Amino acid sequence: MTAEARLGQVANYVDERTGAAAWMKKNLQKVFPDHWSFLLGEVALYSFIILLLSGTFLTFWFDPSQREVIYEGSYAPLEGIKMSAAYASTLHISFEVRGGLLMRQIHHWAALIFMAAIVAHLMRVFFTGAFRKPREGNWIIGVGLLTLGIVEGFLGYSLPDDLLSGTGIRIAEAIIQAIPVVGSYLAYFAFGGAFPGEAFIPRIYTVHVLLLPGAFLALITAHLMLVWYQKHTQYPGPGRTEKNVVGYPLMPVYMAKAGGFFFIVFGVIAFLSAVASINPIWLYGPYTPGQISAGSQPDWYMGWLDGLVRMAPPLESHYFGYTVSWNILIPGLIVPGILFTGMALYPFIESWITGDKREHHLLDRPRNAPNRTALGAMSITFMIVALINGGNDLIATHFDLSINQIMWGTRFGIFILPPIAFVVTKRLCLSLQRADRELVLHGRETGRLLRLPHGEFVEVHEPISPEKAYLLTSHEQAPALELPEVDGRGVKRAGAIRNKIRSRMSVAHSEAIPKVSADDLKEIEH
Amino acid sequence: MKRLSRYRRHKAAGPALLIFALLAIGTTFSVASATTTAQTTTADRSALIEEGRQIFLKGCSSCHGLNSEGGAIAPSLVGVGAASVDFQVGTGRMPMADMSTQAMRKEPLYTPEETAALAAYVASLAPGPEIPTEEQLNYERDGSTAEGGELFRNNCAMCHNFAGQGGALTQGKYAPTLMGVEPKHIYEAMVTGPQSMPVFSDKTITPEEKMSIIKWIKAAEAEPNLGGASLGRVGPVTEGLLAWTLGLGVLIGVAVWLAMKAR
Repeated sequence: MTAEARLGQVANYVDERTGAAAWMKKNLQKVFPDHWSFLLGEVALYSFIILLLSGTFLTFWFDPSQREVIYEGSYAPLEGIKMSAAYASTLHISFEVRGGLLMRQIHHWAALIFMAAIVAHLMRVFFTGAFRKPREGNWIIGVGLLTLGIVEGFLGYSLPDDLLSGTGIRIAEAIIQAIPVVGSYLAYFAFGGAFPGEAFIPRIYTVHVLLLPGAFLALITAHLMLVWYQKHTQYPGPGRTEKNVVGYPLMPVYMAKAGGFFFIVFGVIAFLSAVASINPIWLYGPYTPGQISAGSQPDWYMGWLDGLVRMAPPLESHYFGYTVSWNILIPGLIVPGILFTGMALYPFIESWITGDKREHHLLDRPRNAPNRTALGAMSITFMIVALINGGNDLIATHFDLSINQIMWGTRFGIFILPPIAFVVTKRLCLSLQRADRELVLHGRETGRLLRLPHGEFVEVHEPISPEKAYLLTSHEQAPALELPEVDGRGVKRAGAIRNKIRSRMSVAHSEAIPKVSADDLKEIEH
Repeated sequence: MKRLSRYRRHKAAGPALLIFALLAIGTTFSVASATTTAQTTTADRSALIEEGRQIFLKGCSSCHGLNSEGGAIAPSLVGVGAASVDFQVGTGRMPMADMSTQAMRKEPLYTPEETAALAAYVASLAPGPEIPTEEQLNYERDGSTAEGGELFRNNCAMCHNFAGQGGALTQGKYAPTLMGVEPKHIYEAMVTGPQSMPVFSDKTITPEEKMSIIKWIKAAEAEPNLGGASLGRVGPVTEGLLAWTLGLGVLIGVAVWLAMKAR
């Protein structure tokens, strides 16, 4: 019997019992559009798989306990030092377990790349408008995954109980305490008593290896099932409509591409882990509340939060015997709360402004949604300014600057630079639209100069291809919402202020350079 | 010998001989003068102090005052001790290159002999911390690395970073890196507290504990980067930078390649 026939027998066996053939045939042929930016989410997914596998390896030796032990391992500079069992077991993984240090570094580098890929994927989805109906729910799941990722990462680098992670836990405790009225109770509840106590590391271990990975698996599954069910968005172009998906079938093209890409992601992470040190906990030393190191920073995805806390002026109020630490409360809880809520609600805000309730499967080119693109640039600028202040001490020493200057620069910068980024980006988008219009109307500038018989010089313009012209003119330019103050019978409508805000935002949102119409082209021909 | 004599009328023979003679004389002189400074007597000492005073008047007095009484821009040096001079001048911090926020370490301007003379002069003004002797500085014998690490994290890491890489202080000042600093200078810095650094007297940190700290710093300096490239031993900032550039950067490059149309 040939191998093919044998395989057919097996397939038949399975199909007779599950009826999977029809389902498989349909789904294995599912078409996905091809673009590099659609692979960013895949990087996050593959990093997550690597995190699960390397994390499982680490649990075999990690002892999540704050029980005090005296170090007797092979790292001489810490010999005889009192430390927690958590720290000692992390040293054991690093120096005595075969491949342990490599696995630790793979786990940590994968975490950093996981978060970076999530953020890059988020930016792609935002700037192309992929969050629009029907994908608002999936956007919210994505925001949830990002938030969970930040928490999971923080808990992860807190577990080894080294000097740096203890410092991070101390700040987390301060942020919990800053919650008005109940803060100190919550902190005692979380730590099982006063800081640092003996309960925190065992507790966050359970959350880190059980609760949050479970939540991740559930949310990632929902995220992917929705992509499957709602189908993937695609960039505009000839032949691509709101009702089709142009691309390659899952089997065999994407099976091969995605499978190969997993190994490339794993390869890059393993390479980084093999050549570059990450979180060298043996250098930090064990955590004791009395010690601190200069230049204590969190991992990058928390850096903006640290930067905001660093730039907050020392404001504190006392009401009815309660202290309210505005300097922690505002940057540590209120601002992140507003940012993440605003991000989660953005699809609904935008559809409220545009009044657009239709489904969208074709992506926007960022320049064709200037207001949205500008808002994204503004948010990124805000985050970068905050992130810079998070590393202010290292920037000060490495670029010969004063830490105070950087702090004051970012204190003003956080208010001034994002609006500037908004205006500049919006103008850039409109300029690009203008350039697109020029390109369609007059073609590509060839750089060839021609002298006409009567002496005039002209540059030769080459008409662009019909495909390109289609791409540059196929997008929709919706007019601003019309919200008359009175209804059809001359009665004043309710919610006048709300309508006014909405119509103003709608005007700003619909600002655009008119795209080339058929009439424009006719006019050119004559 | 015969081979060498063949070149005796060579064009370069004269200059080569001259250089050889100069080197021989110079080496003999430096060896001879080194032995004389080693055997200092009282008479030599006052000569040394006088020599130091002359250097001081030329190089230091414009800021520190003709009698080391200090001035508007520089502190008095009465009672700072020989250790302080040896640290500040020996690491090139003094004389300052410019009046910036902090004197930085650079190539020393004065030779070890001149520095010793300056130290002797300043020490003669009033008693102060002494330069530690070779015997005192036997940190390999007297120190314990692990204890030194614990002391370092308790007393030094908050400014000099967990691995002695240095860190930022307020208004552009900074705690310098401790990598490549001579044990003598580390010791002197602890007992004299230069610039923003506090004094760690023998009561707060005993001389033996100071030896442990030095031993730990030297161990940190010599420690290979066990996990691969160190990324500066400054914590997560450089790690994040690498994750975005080399990590995600390369992966995006691969994604572009994967999504390219076959040609």
